[in-house]
Amino acid sequence: MANIAKRASSALEESQPVWEYADAIESTEIVKLEDRYGLFIGGELVEPKSGRWFETINPATEETLAEVAEAGPEDVDLAVRAARTASTKWRKLPGSERAKYLYRIARQIQERAREFAVLETMDGGKPIKESRDVDVPLAAAHFFYYAGWADKLEYAFPNRGPRPIGVAGQVIPWNFPLLMAAWKLAPALATGNTVVLKPAETTPLTALLLSQVIREAELPPGVVNIVTGAGPTGAALVEHDDIDKIAFTGSTEVGKVIRRTIAGTGKRLTLELGGKAANIAFEDAPLDQAVEGIINGIFFNQGHVCCAGSRLLVQEPVFEPLLEKLKDRLQTLRVGNPLDKNTDVGAINSRAQLEKIEELVASGVDEGGEMYQPECVLPERGFWFRPTLFTKVSQSHRIAREEIFGPVLSILTFRTPAEAVEKANNTPYGLSAGIWTEKGSRILWMAERMKAGVVWANTFNRFDPTSPFGGYKESGFGREGGLQGLEPYLDLDPNGSS
Amino acid sequence: MSQAAEIDRPRPGLALSAPKDARRLLARVPAVDAVGLEERAASLGKRSIKRDSKLWALDLAIRCMDLTTLEGVDTVGKVVAMCAKAVRPNPVDPSIPPVAAVCLYPHLIPVALGQLEGTSVKVASVAGSFPAGLGPLDARLTEIREVVAIGAHEVDIVLNRSSFLGGQYAQCFEELAAAREAAGDAHLKVIIEAGELGSYDRIRQASVLAMAAGADFIKTSTGKIGVNATLPNALCMMEAARDFFHETGHRVGVKVAGGVRASKQAVQYLVLVYETLGPDWMTPDLFRIGASTLLNDVLMQIDKERTGRYQGPDYYTID
Repeated sequence: MANIAKRASSALEESQPVWEYADAIESTEIVKLEDRYGLFIGGELVEPKSGRWFETINPATEETLAEVAEAGPEDVDLAVRAARTASTKWRKLPGSERAKYLYRIARQIQERAREFAVLETMDGGKPIKESRDVDVPLAAAHFFYYAGWADKLEYAFPNRGPRPIGVAGQVIPWNFPLLMAAWKLAPALATGNTVVLKPAETTPLTALLLSQVIREAELPPGVVNIVTGAGPTGAALVEHDDIDKIAFTGSTEVGKVIRRTIAGTGKRLTLELGGKAANIAFEDAPLDQAVEGIINGIFFNQGHVCCAGSRLLVQEPVFEPLLEKLKDRLQTLRVGNPLDKNTDVGAINSRAQLEKIEELVASGVDEGGEMYQPECVLPERGFWFRPTLFTKVSQSHRIAREEIFGPVLSILTFRTPAEAVEKANNTPYGLSAGIWTEKGSRILWMAERMKAGVVWANTFNRFDPTSPFGGYKESGFGREGGLQGLEPYLDLDPNGSS
Repeated sequence: MSQAAEIDRPRPGLALSAPKDARRLLARVPAVDAVGLEERAASLGKRSIKRDSKLWALDLAIRCMDLTTLEGVDTVGKVVAMCAKAVRPNPVDPSIPPVAAVCLYPHLIPVALGQLEGTSVKVASVAGSFPAGLGPLDARLTEIREVVAIGAHEVDIVLNRSSFLGGQYAQCFEELAAAREAAGDAHLKVIIEAGELGSYDRIRQASVLAMAAGADFIKTSTGKIGVNATLPNALCMMEAARDFFHETGHRVGVKVAGGVRASKQAVQYLVLVYETLGPDWMTPDLFRIGASTLLNDVLMQIDKERTGRYQGPDYYTID
C-alpha cells in the first residue's frame, strides 16, 4: 500500500512541484509581557515574602518569557488569610450579584481571546489553533455557564440548603493552564467560595493575565488569589490549616500524597488525576472518522491530556486497514512552531516531560513493541517529540499501563466486545473511553460496562461546560462541569431532609 | 474495507466489476460518520494559506478549472467569448495559464473545438440526458457516442439517482458501465449529484459504484440543484477515491462543481486534495473545479497577492 510519504517522493521524482504551506505565524505583538510577575494576593500583584523568583520559558524556543514569584509558606498564608477575610462578604452576596462578576470575567476573556491564546501557546507550547479554538473559548464558556448557576443553587439542590464551604485551595496542571483555572474558579465563585489558586510552575502566565481580567472586573479583593510556584508551594497550600477544600488536577502520584496529607483534617477533596483511556474501534466503525478521532484523541495537545486516548483497541478484522490509515494520517500531521496557524502538533511542555516520554518510549521498544514514527523535520531548539505509534503491544507492557502524557499511541487488538470491555477496564485508571461503531445498541452495551467517567461514542476529546467530567479508580473522584460540578463546593443538608 | 479488492481491471477504460456484484460491493463500503466528517472538513478549511503557497494554489486552481456554461440560453457568441477567456484568462497578463477545459452542452461542441484548436484547453460536454439522467438508456448512450464522435475530449454524465436511491444497484452499475464503453477513449466524469443523495454513506457508495464502473473522474454536482459542492461532500468522495487507489492501484480524479465562486473556496478544496489524496492528485488530470464565475475572483486575488492591492472588477473581462 502506498502512503502519502511515498506518493510525495514519487511526485518529486517526476519533478512536479510539491505544495508547501508558507509560514502563517500568529503575531505575538498583542502580548505585553512584564519582566516580573508578583503574587496575586488581596487584589494586588505583590512581591513574594520568600524573596525567590523563577523563570518561565517558551518550550518551543527555550527562551525566557518572564520571571515569576515563588510563593513560600508565608506567602501562601497571606493568600489564605486574604481569601478568608474576603469570604465574609462574598459568601453573603446574592447569587445574582456574584453572577455579574462571572459574566464580566467571561466577556473579558472573549474580548481578549487572541491575547490569551497567543500567551497560552507561548508559555505552554500548544498549537495556536488549539488555544484559539479550544482552550480560550471553553474557558469563557465555563465562566458563562457557572454564572448562570450562581442564583439558582436552591433549584440545583432543592431542600438541601446549599451553602458555600469557605476557602478553596486549587492546584492546577500545565496542560490546559487557562482552561483548568476556569474549571476551578468558575464553580467555586458561583457557589460563594473564595479561592487560592496555584498554577503549574511551567505555565503560570495565562493565570496571571487572568488576574488582570479579575481586577478589571472589579471582583472584590481577596476573592481570588493566585500563588505561583512549584511542588512546595502546592504542598504549603494543601497543608494550610485554614483551607476548607482542596481541588487538585494533576498526576495520580501527587494526588495520593495530597490525600494522605489531608486525611483526618476534615478538608474536602476532589481529585482529577491521570488516565490511560482506550479508544475501541469495532469492525463496523466509520473508519476514516475513527482515524480522525484516534489521532485527535492522542495527538491533541501533544498527548498532554489526562483523558487522552493513549490506548487503541482494534477489532482484529480491521486492524490492518486501520493501521495503514493511521500511518498515512500521521504523515500529514504538521509538527513544529506552535505559533504557526497550520501546526497540528506543537512542543512538549518541558524538558522534564520530554525525558519522561523518551524513557517510556525506550521501554516500549525494549519490551518488544514495534514503533512507527513519521518522517518530519523537528526544530533544533525547544522540546519536541515525533508523533508515535506502537504495535505489537501487550497489556503487560509499560506503555500499555503507565500514563505517558505524550504523543504516543499503543495499539492492541481484540476479538469480541466482551474482550474489549475486559481490556479497556484492565487499568488502574478510569477517566475516559471512546467507542467507534455504527451500531447504536453496541454503543449503549459498551458504555454501560466501561469503568470510565466519560464515554465518547464516535468522537473523542469533546468538552462542554454542561457535561460533568471526572474519573473512576485512580483517575480520581469528584466531578467538574455541569450541575455535578457545583456539589464539591457546597455544604448541603443530608439527602431527604426538608 | 476491501471494497474493491476482488475487482479485476483488465485495462483502464473497462468496467471493474460485474453488475451482479454491485450490491455486495456497496455493502462493503465503510460507513461515514457525519459529525466526524464535517469536523475534519471544517478543520482543513481553516488552513491558513499565504503568499507563495497561495499564489501557487491560485495558479493551480486555474489550470484545474473547467470553465462552464450550461444554460438553455447559451449561444455561439457566448461560447466564443468563453473560449477566448479559457485560453487567455487575463489578456494583459501572459503569466496566467489557460484553464483545463470548457464544459458545455453538446450542440456547442463544434464551436468550442473551432475556437480552441491548437490550444491545450479541452472540450468537455455533458451528455446522457443531463441533468436528470432519466431519458431512455439507448438515447443516453447514443448522446454519449455522438458527443465523442463530434470530438469532445471529455464527457460529463450523471448517475441514475432514480435507480441508485431505489436500490437497483445492478441496473445503475450496468448503465454506468455501458456509458463507460460508449465514451470510448474520452475522459469520463460521473456526476453523483451529492446534494440529492441524502447522506454521506450514500455519497461514498455512489462514488465507489462510479469508480468501479470505470469512471475517470467522480464529480460532486450538476450545479442545477440547491446543494452543490461542499467541503464535506468533496472530502467524503476524496476519501473514497483514496481507498480505491490503495485497493486497486487505479487513480480516479475528483471534480467539485457548483457553488465554487471564491478563490478562498478553491484553495480550501486544494487543501482537501493535498491532505487527503496527496500531491499526486494536484494536477488537472486528477482534480478539477467546475465553475463559471470563479475565474475572475482568482485573477483578482492573484493581482492582489502580487501587488498588495485589489483592482476594481472592471479590470477583469466578463465573457
